[in-house]
Amino acid sequence: MAPEAGNKAQAISLKGVDVVFRLADGGRYRAVEKATLDVADSEFVAIVGPTGCGKSTLLNIAAGLIQPAAGSASIYGAPLSDLNLQAGYLFQADALFPWKTALDNVAIGLEIAGMAPAQAKAKSREWLTRVGLGAFADRYPHMLSGGQRKRVGLAQVLIRDPKILLMDEPFGPLDAQTRQIMGNLLLDLWSADRKAVLFVTHDLEEAIALSDRVVIMSAGPAARIIGDWKVPLARPRDIAEIKLDRSFVELHHEIWSKLKDEVMKGYAQTGGG
Amino acid sequence: MNRSTLLALQILVAVIGLALWHVLTTYPIFGRLLLPPFFFSNPVEVAQQVVKWFSTGVIWKHLWVTLVESVLAFVIGSIGGVFVGFWFARQPRTAAVFDPYVKMINALPRVVLAPIFTLWLGLGIWSKVALGVTLVFFIVFFNVYQGIKEVSPTVLANARMLGMNERQLMRHVYWPSALSWMFSSLHTSVGFAVVGAVVGEYLGAPAGLGYLIQQAEGVFDVAGVFAGMFVLAAFVIVIDTLVTVVERRLLIWRPLASESRP
Repeated sequence: MAPEAGNKAQAISLKGVDVVFRLADGGRYRAVEKATLDVADSEFVAIVGPTGCGKSTLLNIAAGLIQPAAGSASIYGAPLSDLNLQAGYLFQADALFPWKTALDNVAIGLEIAGMAPAQAKAKSREWLTRVGLGAFADRYPHMLSGGQRKRVGLAQVLIRDPKILLMDEPFGPLDAQTRQIMGNLLLDLWSADRKAVLFVTHDLEEAIALSDRVVIMSAGPAARIIGDWKVPLARPRDIAEIKLDRSFVELHHEIWSKLKDEVMKGYAQTGGG
Repeated sequence: MNRSTLLALQILVAVIGLALWHVLTTYPIFGRLLLPPFFFSNPVEVAQQVVKWFSTGVIWKHLWVTLVESVLAFVIGSIGGVFVGFWFARQPRTAAVFDPYVKMINALPRVVLAPIFTLWLGLGIWSKVALGVTLVFFIVFFNVYQGIKEVSPTVLANARMLGMNERQLMRHVYWPSALSWMFSSLHTSVGFAVVGAVVGEYLGAPAGLGYLIQQAEGVFDVAGVFAGMFVLAAFVIVIDTLVTVVERRLLIWRPLASESRP
């Protein structure tokens, strides 16, 4: 890209990315085909698609956890060849270290980067307070609820101050109320320094409520990006209230009419998954 | 059932068992003793024997020897198991090459090795330690190996995304996971260390609980055999209690099976 086209390179830039998995029986499965996606600095982008469409795969490409079979991924203009350590990754499944307390789980990112343990723990305490878990610092993950574990996970990722935030259905396993609370917490934390965010979800409402742009993927195999909408809603937002907003409803209607077919296709392929 | 009822019932079982033993070996029923004292001794004699051992202090030397052998077997076997477990888990090729031999040795009843160890290491404590080591090693080895293989892929990916290098992964992910598996088998491995020591002593030694029992058997001193067994059982219970205390402290981060979230 020419320098004058945008003085700043895109935070995440995927160009013509193909992802192929080798199957156990020797066959090949093409998960994603020719995916091209840019996420600008400070932009919150959500990827929505039917189950099994390869949205998480795309996220793992941006994280450097898997390599594309074709195409390229670059982070702030630099091609990505190894792990993307400028990014923080919030996983769908439990990813906390079960043998560490909440405090140590959050502090670990700083400690391994060479910060003195006492200082790292002090910062960790600050972050736990910020996510509303100040009183739970000494709990082990199994003593926390699902929502509390997600809060610890968020603090664990954000304490490193990554430039990019990758989120793989982070609130998927939570109940509806907790999801709303977590969504608002996320927007609140994000608005402080507006990192670039790539947020994967199957929930269109959540995607619109949180993000600046919503990207739609087709059903797999060989999933493609089939739509890209800007979300014209003002910030700061409240997730619960914004769903009643007129433009929210209109946008939801518009995107859903396109997404619906893919969801049906996805269901047909996964046997109603 | 609350604690005190449970304890009362547990004591009741012991009392009834001892009473039956005493009655059947002492009082003739329908003109004859159901349990001849020559084969079954009786609780009074066994208790006298135990008291005699402790009052004269003979027993301490034997307990000490067995304890030392068990501890050495446990420590050496564990260190070896952790080391080889780590090595094999991180080097799948080495593991694949050695796999049939590991299975072969593990399938071997370890008792048959005892005479060989006696031949190599003499009648002293080291032949018993060696026997215990062969038992402890495999338990620790398999658990450490499994502990490293079973690290959750998500936790591992998270650790790498947080910026851990290979050495930090070892320290913060593989090591705690391996240890937790090893500690969960602590009761088994400690138990096997004692088994190794006692069986070794039984087959030929100058001291130890196994030696004591074997000596009593040699002269048909059934009271001595039973007394030895009781002391051994008490010894194992004490060690097992200590292991439970250690385990509670080390595995504090793990949910107990019966524990519900507060």
